[in-house]
Amino acid sequence: MPPHSVPDTRSDTPAIPADLERLQLLEVYRYLRLTRVLEERLVALYRQSKVIGGLFRSLGQEGESVAAAFALERGRHRDVLSPLIRNLGALLVMGAKPIEILRQYMAKAESPTRGRELNVHFNDLEKGYLGQISHLGDMVPVMAGITLTFKMRGEPRVGLVFVGDGATSTGAFHEGLNFAAVQRCPLVVIGEYNHWAYSTPPEKQFAVQHLADRAKGYGIHAVTVDGNDVLAVYAATKYAVERARRGKGVHFIEVKTYRRKGHAEHDDQSYQPKDEIERWARENDPVDRFVKQLLDNDWAEAGELAEIDQAAKDEIDQATDACVDEPLPAPESALPGVYAQPAAAERLWFRSL
Amino acid sequence: MADVTFLEALRQGLWEEMERDERVFMLGEDIGAYGGAFKVTEGFQKKFGEARVIDTPISEAAIVGAAAGAAHMGMRPVAEMQFIDFISCAYDMLTNYVATARYRAGLATPIVVRGPCGGYVRGGPFHSQNPEAAFLHTPGLKIVYPATARDAKGLIKASIRDEDPVLFLEHKWLYRRIKETLPDGEEVLTPIGQARLAREGQDMSVITYGATVWKALEAADQLAPDGVSLEVLDLRTLLPLDDDAIVATVKKTGKVLIVHEDTRTGGLAGEITARINERAFEWLDGPIKRVTAHDVPLPYAPTLEDFVLPQTDDIVNAARWLAKY
Repeated sequence: MPPHSVPDTRSDTPAIPADLERLQLLEVYRYLRLTRVLEERLVALYRQSKVIGGLFRSLGQEGESVAAAFALERGRHRDVLSPLIRNLGALLVMGAKPIEILRQYMAKAESPTRGRELNVHFNDLEKGYLGQISHLGDMVPVMAGITLTFKMRGEPRVGLVFVGDGATSTGAFHEGLNFAAVQRCPLVVIGEYNHWAYSTPPEKQFAVQHLADRAKGYGIHAVTVDGNDVLAVYAATKYAVERARRGKGVHFIEVKTYRRKGHAEHDDQSYQPKDEIERWARENDPVDRFVKQLLDNDWAEAGELAEIDQAAKDEIDQATDACVDEPLPAPESALPGVYAQPAAAERLWFRSL
Repeated sequence: MADVTFLEALRQGLWEEMERDERVFMLGEDIGAYGGAFKVTEGFQKKFGEARVIDTPISEAAIVGAAAGAAHMGMRPVAEMQFIDFISCAYDMLTNYVATARYRAGLATPIVVRGPCGGYVRGGPFHSQNPEAAFLHTPGLKIVYPATARDAKGLIKASIRDEDPVLFLEHKWLYRRIKETLPDGEEVLTPIGQARLAREGQDMSVITYGATVWKALEAADQLAPDGVSLEVLDLRTLLPLDDDAIVATVKKTGKVLIVHEDTRTGGLAGEITARINERAFEWLDGPIKRVTAHDVPLPYAPTLEDFVLPQTDDIVNAARWLAKY
């Protein structure tokens, strides 16, 4: 690590791993906190019936989402990431704004999809994120095509796609991963082993112990990482991303983590052992662990983190105030944009009687 | 000026678009070194290279999904289904992901998914299908089904240039059976969404598409000496339907026979009938009748297949019945 990369820490501070700089650690922390504060705000809005549909939490998984995205090259026309409903943090890292997510959940006219799609199902390919559809596994073939394009054009860009442990059971996952492996696409796949696919545990989803064991069948590199160790996920992803960028093909990273909330907010989690949830919350919260690392290693001071916490809360307050009373889309705006041509679907006769 | 088959015309269209626009590339099973099961892409990989003519795993969902991803990034992928029967394996990708992309997310997805369809070739249940009805109620998708060599060329070129995803159906019975003289040095482009009057007539409109256009024309020839004059409308594009052309021919003749090779229940004829009912009911001089395949999976034995599928004689008999109504 070059000395200039740690501008304001004492010389006896332990070196920051994975070529990160101190200010980057604070940035990672900010995204973790922002994710958590934003989701807590969404819960409040959900209980006020301001969120129109379901609400999906990433509580306990923020670490891997933020860290994986942080390992990408971000900016206009750089790397492309495809997040799932529990990758809100990854979306924020890629440049999505909290107000966009608030508007999506509340189906506002000004939301990125103008009220047509839900939650994190939206995209900005210039910034480098492509929202999922609900059919799990489908984004793997799509991201194979995006990264195939990078390869065809000789662009030094990489794609990253998240899949849940349950989604690895789909045909689309298999077809897409195999296709990308054969074509040696610059694609990194993050397999989120969060222990619950809705109510189904891993042993009813697949007969291997680790998702990474499955990936070996595709002839691709695979690794299993502690998904709640932010720096470990960052380092593993950074390695995989740079390897893919050098033309070495697909890399699969299994992140072991835990879904501490239900599938969605309505879900009472009756199938999840209560002590299991509590144990992960008490002993293995990714944000708590990261804070401890920051403080124990003197990479940050408590006061700095408190300032970031306050700034995150203020940012979400302002974003909420700015959009909570916005209107829903005008009914007639449902018709345009099915095709480039014709420009709008036909208004049916009984609506003109 | 040279006579070309439907298949050669299709090849010409693909070749010209590959030459014209470097964003166009192809992916599919056995399309490269082998040139495709029907040799539609023979010689393409040699000319355009492995990067633009990609042999894929047997993975229809991945083929369509990867095409979609490439299209998002500005490419113009042409995906081949080795037989269009296998498009069912990519049904989710095409209907849920691709067709909704522009509407739900503002994502342009200009892909063409093309492949050989249709029966009369002893292909059995899984190499003879006409899948158009399964995709007809898919807003966001276009369905193109040429019947002539000229339209095979003109519509594949228009489909590749279209800003929206196109399902392009090529009747394999037509591939080498029909020939047409195409002009040299003139670009052939057929607009999507426009039907073609294949034959003018007075007494009855036969609305059809694909291989049965030719069977309807045969029927018209057989009926002409008896003073029954059939007008034959070749739809060419099934989604969106050319309502104006349908209504125009109905108003002209007052009688309608809808012919398609696909099975009856839930087939395209039902949708066309409903539209005529809504837009030209008072112009009808008789019931709208359908000549379609029987509602069974398509069997293999020649005796069975010929019985199940609509034949020229069936159109002749149905037209005689309707003429007398």
